[in-house]
Amino acid sequence: MTRSLRTRFGVRAGEAAGWLSRVTGRGAGATISGRVINAVAPDALAELAGSRRTALVSATNGKTTTTRLLAAAVATNGRTVTTNSTGANLTSGLAPTLARDPDADTAILEVDERVVSRVVDPLRAELLVLGNLSRDQLDRYGEVHLLGDAWRAVSESHPDLAVVANSSDPHVVWAASPATVTWVELGLGWRSDAATCPSCGALLTWNDNRFACPACGFAQPDTPNRLDGDTLVLGDERVALRLGLPGRWNLANAALAVTAAHTHFAVPTRVAADAAGTVTTVAGRYMHVPLGDGRQARVLLAKNPAGWSEVLHYLADVDTSVVIAVNARVADGKDPSWLWDVPYELLRGHPTAAAGDRRLDVAVRLRYAEVDALVDRDPLAAARALPGETIHVVASYTQFSALYRRFGDRDR
Amino acid sequence: MSDRPSTLRVGLVYPELLGTYGDRGNAVVLVQRARWRGIPAELVEVAADEPMPASLDVYLLGGGEDDPQHLAAANLRAGRGALDQALQGGAVMLAVCAGFQLVGHRYVLADGTVLEGIGLLDLETRASPDRLIGEVVVEPDAPLPRLTGFENHSGRTTLGPDLAPLGRVVVGGGNGDGRGVDGARHGRIVGTYLHGPVLPRNPALADHLLGLAVGDAALTPLDASLEERLRAERLHASTARGPRRWWQERLLARG
Repeated sequence: MTRSLRTRFGVRAGEAAGWLSRVTGRGAGATISGRVINAVAPDALAELAGSRRTALVSATNGKTTTTRLLAAAVATNGRTVTTNSTGANLTSGLAPTLARDPDADTAILEVDERVVSRVVDPLRAELLVLGNLSRDQLDRYGEVHLLGDAWRAVSESHPDLAVVANSSDPHVVWAASPATVTWVELGLGWRSDAATCPSCGALLTWNDNRFACPACGFAQPDTPNRLDGDTLVLGDERVALRLGLPGRWNLANAALAVTAAHTHFAVPTRVAADAAGTVTTVAGRYMHVPLGDGRQARVLLAKNPAGWSEVLHYLADVDTSVVIAVNARVADGKDPSWLWDVPYELLRGHPTAAAGDRRLDVAVRLRYAEVDALVDRDPLAAARALPGETIHVVASYTQFSALYRRFGDRDR
Repeated sequence: MSDRPSTLRVGLVYPELLGTYGDRGNAVVLVQRARWRGIPAELVEVAADEPMPASLDVYLLGGGEDDPQHLAAANLRAGRGALDQALQGGAVMLAVCAGFQLVGHRYVLADGTVLEGIGLLDLETRASPDRLIGEVVVEPDAPLPRLTGFENHSGRTTLGPDLAPLGRVVVGGGNGDGRGVDGARHGRIVGTYLHGPVLPRNPALADHLLGLAVGDAALTPLDASLEERLRAERLHASTARGPRRWWQERLLARG
């Protein structure tokens, strides 16, 4: 691949900035590195993308995991894949990923919800994988329907763009419809952001887990593709998803990834599903961390009510102590009022602790849910104070990143 | 229902439309603080496709996004008769953010569209291009202590001459119309821009509303140590100045 002098210089400068960030302990380096590249060479993204095939994955929840599963599936086809495996998903995070693997013929990239519309053209993306949209960091991202409208603008201006999308999420359906879509029905556990029609604003009706608008006719598209328990039905095929990752939400992530790998990269469904099944940790999610007393913590990320609801329904059936570690920093959203949208009542009977900067908000929430909780700022100290061999630590974004920086394998 | 004539019925109005900022927590707190005192209480969700009941003891209206707020306004106007009947019968109302705007006369949106409210309170709201986002501290009239909350709204609300605010704004925007006040208070109706949600962060306000509904005599003391720690921490963080503020902002920016 040929690169301009400017882009080559930008990449070198970015690498230096990333190295400085790592050695001074400020971060993993991808974001600052990308900012430097973009500042030195504004066209770098397009140039670095070059002629390779590029797929973008976005969603409020599950984008990092879906990206990882899709990359694993596509790599089985003999393709060389580059992917932003640590979740650096802003425009600044994408350039270093592409610069790092100039010879990879395929890029599978996770993209922040707000960034999708800005990178489809420079990256010449040929596939968009869209999972779900729900409330997240309302002080920063604004209202959910604005994100859906921004996605839809991409579909409207790219009617030939291939999209693999969840047909159960009204915002996603609204966003994807004008493009060339392969739907897969994944179900929608969290409906509190899908009350009104994205098209006309009327109240949506839900029957048998399907939505329809009685006012304008906007409705869930019909598709034979669906997640049926732990089986993905894809046209006439049924493929069992045997995952190394927990929870119903990861079955949905895998169903989306396998559908995309099969329909767009011609990977046989069984091969794609098996590749997805080999993944056991994704950028620190589900990693085990030693507690120093012979026991361990298992770390989960949950950063908004939709994600939390899924995690809680999973944990409710597991015999485990639970640490809830919540910050409300800029990257988390400074307003943790979403704690009251989450059914923490499901944790009754589990030994529980509240941790993080906003442990008192968590503790008050748990008090009203009638869940007894210890309070400790440090999530691992909190975990050590709870019984059990493996303690689940469910962390908000910056709590999670701190644990990942400390214990995660950066090369993974 | 005749076996439980005295059950306190706490209504969460249109949670699917006016529940974007955790305002369900206000209902949970009122129900639990009643139950912990031996007062039977239940949370009643009023869905947007149901007629407004006149039989509830407390009506909670929360915050919402634009489209849902339009729908909520239409439904509230249709349910105005039932609300009047309930309020005349002694019901209590807490209206937060979008809900607060809708109990006024009107909300003039950024494009000039007028969203008609239900006119329970003499106030009106205009959209502003700048959104007020962040921690808020409000100094209400006695007997309530300082209130803490989090605001996120673009509306600027002006109260009519005879309508009292909930309190004076110490930190943040509140009604944001330049008069330095937040919310409104009229009879058994309290309006505010404070999310958080507001009642878990301010148990005294929760008990004030409960007292209006069941009488202060029924309000035996509850252990409030955890809530008071949270309230103190939020007040301390919100009122930070100088180096403490600088350090706090640095910490918040850290990933």
